[in-house]
Amino acid sequence: MSVVELQGELGGAVRAGPRPRPRSATARGPRRGWHRWVSPLVVVLLWQLASTLGLLPARLLAAPSQIAATALDLVGLGTLPTAITVSLERVLLGFAAGALAGVGLALVAGLSRAGESAVDPIMQMLRALPFFGLIPLFILWFGIGETPKVLLVALAVSFPLYLNTFAGIRGVDGKLAEVARTLRLGRAALVRHIVLPGALPQTLVGLRQSLGVAWLALIVAEQINADAGLGYMINDAREFLRTDVIVVGLLVYSALGLLTDALVRLLERRALVWRREFLSR
Amino acid sequence: MAARVPVPVSGTVNSTVTGTATGTVTGTVSDAADAPVNASVNASVSGTAVATVRGLTRRFGDRTVLDGLDLTIERGEFVALLGRSGSGKSTLLRALAGLDEEVEGGLEVDGSVAVAFQEPRLVPWKRVRDNLTLGLNVPDPAGRAEAALAEVGLADRARAWPLTLSGGEAQRASLARALVRDPGLLLLDEPFSALDALTRITVHRLVLDLWAAHGPAVLLVTHDVDEALLLADRILVLDGGRLAHEWTVTAPRPRHRDHPDLLTLRAALLSALGVTPEGPA
Repeated sequence: MSVVELQGELGGAVRAGPRPRPRSATARGPRRGWHRWVSPLVVVLLWQLASTLGLLPARLLAAPSQIAATALDLVGLGTLPTAITVSLERVLLGFAAGALAGVGLALVAGLSRAGESAVDPIMQMLRALPFFGLIPLFILWFGIGETPKVLLVALAVSFPLYLNTFAGIRGVDGKLAEVARTLRLGRAALVRHIVLPGALPQTLVGLRQSLGVAWLALIVAEQINADAGLGYMINDAREFLRTDVIVVGLLVYSALGLLTDALVRLLERRALVWRREFLSR
Repeated sequence: MAARVPVPVSGTVNSTVTGTATGTVTGTVSDAADAPVNASVNASVSGTAVATVRGLTRRFGDRTVLDGLDLTIERGEFVALLGRSGSGKSTLLRALAGLDEEVEGGLEVDGSVAVAFQEPRLVPWKRVRDNLTLGLNVPDPAGRAEAALAEVGLADRARAWPLTLSGGEAQRASLARALVRDPGLLLLDEPFSALDALTRITVHRLVLDLWAAHGPAVLLVTHDVDEALLLADRILVLDGGRLAHEWTVTAPRPRHRDHPDLLTLRAALLSALGVTPEGPA
């Protein structure tokens, strides 16, 4: 019951993302899983057929078989691994910087009224800014190297983490804070044992959201003047009408996105074990 | 699991229990709501006060909930506090727990205070044992916690997550968390009201056992007249912001609700609370 309260009202304009749900999909049984692969396979087969029959010209969209062959080529030539490394580096750097800023500011704003009045208005105003619209300014300020790309990712990451962590801290059940007082916990112990663990579920929601926008920000950032990375590979391919390379790039983007999401889910399962056992009963 | 043989309460545990069996109800000190009882009239019985309240006043806006309330709780005494809903029972308890900083008047508590709330308020992300050791400053807190859990019949649930406990188990864990601190004054805020009838009987016995074993003074806030009659040495009725009535219960424990003294007292209590057996007055 207290979990519901913990997740409860998130104060003001903050909107929480979807709560991590009990793993009902797996509960329904993995045996039925193959059903879900039928329709995608049919689509791919139709696509292949259309390409082979010449209904779908390769300059618009390459055939699945061609895409698979190109993917193998790109891996063999080392183009794809290099591009992935460069892009991953940008995302990781940007994510680390953004997460540090977002969570740090949320702690400042969440743990004191003074911090809130100092930090929150600014964050709420910046949040309203369309951050992709900042690209021209970023180029003016930081040139066209790695810095604006990493910073764009950092900026994108920091907001969901800030908003959710802040809401998580403020959403901690006041009744538990009272318990802490009757147990004579000091302020540091209150923060450590009650506030931070209580804010964690919401922070993890923010983490998943922020990883989602991190990849999005990377894709946008890599469209501008990149000379390496997945975005560069895709732009380069466009010049030569290589739709197969473009699709390979897109598939890699989504695979990386799914991978990081799976990592967060894993983290959630470990960190929220106290809740999982309850939900799976 | 907690169905333990009730330990007969001996006179050494509580100085106001005379143990002279037959148990007469030593009458109503005052029946007039406008002539508040100074609860210290009984203080002469023996021992020193564990809590002394003088002229306690609490206002919420224009509403005065506590109006110059006086109360003395003796060491080891079991006091039940009754009152209609909104009469300020919980306000008084919160003041004694140190959770209300806006009360006016004298409030002195000698020794440590522990609270068990209506909802068990266990910290959901801490295992049951870690809930007990939270803020516990004694040598070998873990060992103390295990011992306390064994005492309430939860030895095998020490490593469980609170959300997996049943209502009765959670309430027992909450009692253990309060008692492991060896409080001089144990505040119980309707801790049995959310339990089903059978569990409530078990937990009533458990509370009496624990009280007999550890000998804290207990202030039980309740709206259940029978509960007060079964458990308490002294029953207070809060009305108009003051203690309007007071009864001493001398019937020997374990008590049966059809004990003639209790039946007499029950009628008096109900009428003091504005209820007649046929319905509201």
